[in-house]
Amino acid sequence: MRLELRVNGEIRSAEGLWSGESLLYVLRERLGLMGAKNACEQGECGSCSVLLDGELVCACLVPALQAQGREVLTVEGLAPQGLHPIQEAFLAAGAVQCGFCTPGLVMAAYDLLRRHPRPSEADVREALAGNLCRCTGYTKVVSAVLAAAEGAVP
Amino acid sequence: MSVILPAIRSGVAGGIGEPAQRPDGVPKVRGEFAYGSDLWAPFMLWGATVRSPHPHARIRAIDVSPALSLPGVAAALTYRDVPGRRTYGLEVPDQPVLAWDRVRYQGEPVAIVAADHPERARRAAQLVRVDYEPLEPLTSPELALRPGAPQLHPSGNVTRRVVIRRGDLDATAEVVVEGTYELGMQDQAALGPEAGLAVPAQDGGVDLYVATQWLHGDRTQIAASLGIAPERVRITLAGVGGAFGAREDLSMQIHACLLALRTGRPVKMVYSRQESFFGHVHRHPGQLHYEHRATRDGRLVLVRARILLDGGAYTSSSPAVCANAACFAVGPYQCPNADIEAMVAFTNNPPCGAMRGFGAVQTCFAYESQMDRLAAELGMDPVELRLRNAFSDAGAMLPTGQQVEGSVPVPELLRRLRDLPLPPALNPNPDPRWLPGGVGNTSRAESVRRGVGYAVGFKNVGYSEGSDDYSTARVRLELGPSGPVARVATAAAEVGQGLVTVCTQIVRTELGVAEVTVGTADTSLGSSGSSSASRQTYCTGGAVRAACQAVRDELLRRAQERLDRRRPEPVARQGSFSLRGGMVVTRDGQVVAEMAELLAPGPIEMTHEFHHRPTHPLDPRTGQGDAHVQYAFAAHRAVVDVDLELGLVRVVELATAQDVGRAINPQAVEGQMEGGAAQGLGLALMEEIQLAEGRMLNPSFTDYLIPTTLDMPPVRTELLELADPHSPYGLKGVGEPPVLSSTPAIVAALRAATGRQLTRVPVRPDDLVGLGESETASPS
Repeated sequence: MRLELRVNGEIRSAEGLWSGESLLYVLRERLGLMGAKNACEQGECGSCSVLLDGELVCACLVPALQAQGREVLTVEGLAPQGLHPIQEAFLAAGAVQCGFCTPGLVMAAYDLLRRHPRPSEADVREALAGNLCRCTGYTKVVSAVLAAAEGAVP
Repeated sequence: MSVILPAIRSGVAGGIGEPAQRPDGVPKVRGEFAYGSDLWAPFMLWGATVRSPHPHARIRAIDVSPALSLPGVAAALTYRDVPGRRTYGLEVPDQPVLAWDRVRYQGEPVAIVAADHPERARRAAQLVRVDYEPLEPLTSPELALRPGAPQLHPSGNVTRRVVIRRGDLDATAEVVVEGTYELGMQDQAALGPEAGLAVPAQDGGVDLYVATQWLHGDRTQIAASLGIAPERVRITLAGVGGAFGAREDLSMQIHACLLALRTGRPVKMVYSRQESFFGHVHRHPGQLHYEHRATRDGRLVLVRARILLDGGAYTSSSPAVCANAACFAVGPYQCPNADIEAMVAFTNNPPCGAMRGFGAVQTCFAYESQMDRLAAELGMDPVELRLRNAFSDAGAMLPTGQQVEGSVPVPELLRRLRDLPLPPALNPNPDPRWLPGGVGNTSRAESVRRGVGYAVGFKNVGYSEGSDDYSTARVRLELGPSGPVARVATAAAEVGQGLVTVCTQIVRTELGVAEVTVGTADTSLGSSGSSSASRQTYCTGGAVRAACQAVRDELLRRAQERLDRRRPEPVARQGSFSLRGGMVVTRDGQVVAEMAELLAPGPIEMTHEFHHRPTHPLDPRTGQGDAHVQYAFAAHRAVVDVDLELGLVRVVELATAQDVGRAINPQAVEGQMEGGAAQGLGLALMEEIQLAEGRMLNPSFTDYLIPTTLDMPPVRTELLELADPHSPYGLKGVGEPPVLSSTPAIVAALRAATGRQLTRVPVRPDDLVGLGESETASPS
């Protein structure tokens, strides 16, 4: 089967898909975009978070063929030439350790701040509750998102 | 707040104790950092593993031919295809690479396949026919130690037993409290799955790119099973998505290498989350029976402990975990008499081994629960009881007879936490997100009761009992296009903790060079030991510092040589030179030479092997001996809200104080403290691999819960920097202490809120539920 979709603004296609392949598999293994991660592949950890037609989804739960003709934004497309303020904020706050959850958290934070540019701490915690992180205990992740919202990134 | 130590001059920003950005930070936030599961090679195959569905069974026959008949399948291998040693293991090679004759746990690997698509590999694995004769599983240490129990290994069912006896074992005292405490099996749940890529090499060897904690430890075991010289197994560290002990034992390493060598093609293996639960060892669950005897004014007289841990099917690192459980069984308290026995038994449960805290977590929950019980019995404030017995500069001796050297800040850690202001009381009309049950919107503020609890813990840093877990580092100083550049090479695994940052900071401090790169770890250099036991900043940091010092000595020697050439009658000698701001200067500040000039003849490269001071075995009869290199201490205060009707809990705040000796990277140290506290919260409230007859009931993130942003409160961190007289810069290992006392502090807070005993973790809502109706909760 053949799939054509727009990823980070570019038309991309893949041939020879199995019907069961997820959007995550196609992004990673067929299009070489490794930013969406594969921590659980059952929609529990949020590490594969991407935007599909502007909606935050777990790419592991989306059958690839459902993305036919649609628009996907992955972490690689967030700031192709540099760093998005959210990414800057994660670095400045020390919110990155092993980093495996980071792309998913960055996408979830991006989605939150688009909808809610001035979130409270409770808003941030609620919005990121679908993203598991095993290293940081979240204190610095929450600080990073609040700092990005305030434009307080150096 | 920190105790301020004198600054070490580096001349450039980003030295030790200063803010420094992770060199891997930008690729990580951009999604460009290549983890083990992100690797790719032309003509690559995917490996998959056939695992036993039975916790205990005899294997009558294995037939891989149905798998081989599937198009796209390149190989299907069994134990017969292991050319070298058919077993592996960190301490004892007792674990089959691929099982023959018998499987001893559910999920044990029996065969491996390689195919051109991961889904095809999975289907091929399902086609392998294994004829099992199921056997009765030994599902608990008690069953395994019963007389007449079937023996799981030729050595019997006792993995290790450690006895520590000190003082009068029959000493009596006015007050006696006893308790039995249990911990469930915790999973490391690193987000990055086990993954790697094996590439066959022209020389008959293999290049392996893998997410691991210890490259050389892997290499020794892989080479033995492949039956080739270790030099022909070249390992490069792939990006590691967290470890926490789970990557200390091998997982897919030998399997991928076997498949690559058989097929002549690169083979990638990536575990799914479910397979990951079966593919790595876990934290030992345990049952700990304690008796504390004390005077009426709260002085410990005797501690008796009987500790029984479930090691699961194979040895892994159980012997060292057992020793830790025994050594730290009393906690950071002075007690003249101790009678301790710790034992690990083989069972048909999943193998247990290394997880952050490593034996000290289990005992910390038990001894801190006992201290609270003793405080209640004495009618004494729990912190006051701890202060009365705590290790301090006036005395700190383990039941092994080893003295803790240097500053022992236990009283200071506890006082700092006690003196922190408490979070404000629950608002009578709160945002439901701040209530137990959270966005489920189930709790009402009037049914919520608050509790506060304290705990303190300690453990060893580095390998113990005579191990020489040295580390190797090479530092090369050369002239780059825009000035001197330092390049660091080690085989130490960056697993997320920030070791790469620490290496750059040490080089900046020692050499005053701003531009520092850290190469990808590989086995072309000598071992750096494992990224475990909180030891890498100590050992690899120590090796990097010593290599820098050797580079600096060579710079100064070149400076002297240069001076001698210019001035036959030297006014200054090399011994009085120093390196400052990229220049070699005399004691009175005169410039001898610029670093760049001294590097013009060629780069300087120095390699150093760092060994910590020797340790000694424990006496097998009495458990006496100086077995450990260094001790690190941390304490926690937990504030919880409990819904008395529903048994739901919200941890309102965790505060932690830790003595880190010297914070090389303060922000990363905080990160360790915050993350460790979260893993302790998980063990206290939700994390347990549930087993029924040796079978895992919850191998997924749907059913095995780890804390989310809504479970974890903000963490307040208090750093103390009291230098260790023996370690580089006075630093103390920081990785593990944060995970020890977080669990017992939370449980103490739950007890304070509910009045219940709560002797088992994780505490479930069932353990708390119904307080509002059938019982009158009275804070203990």
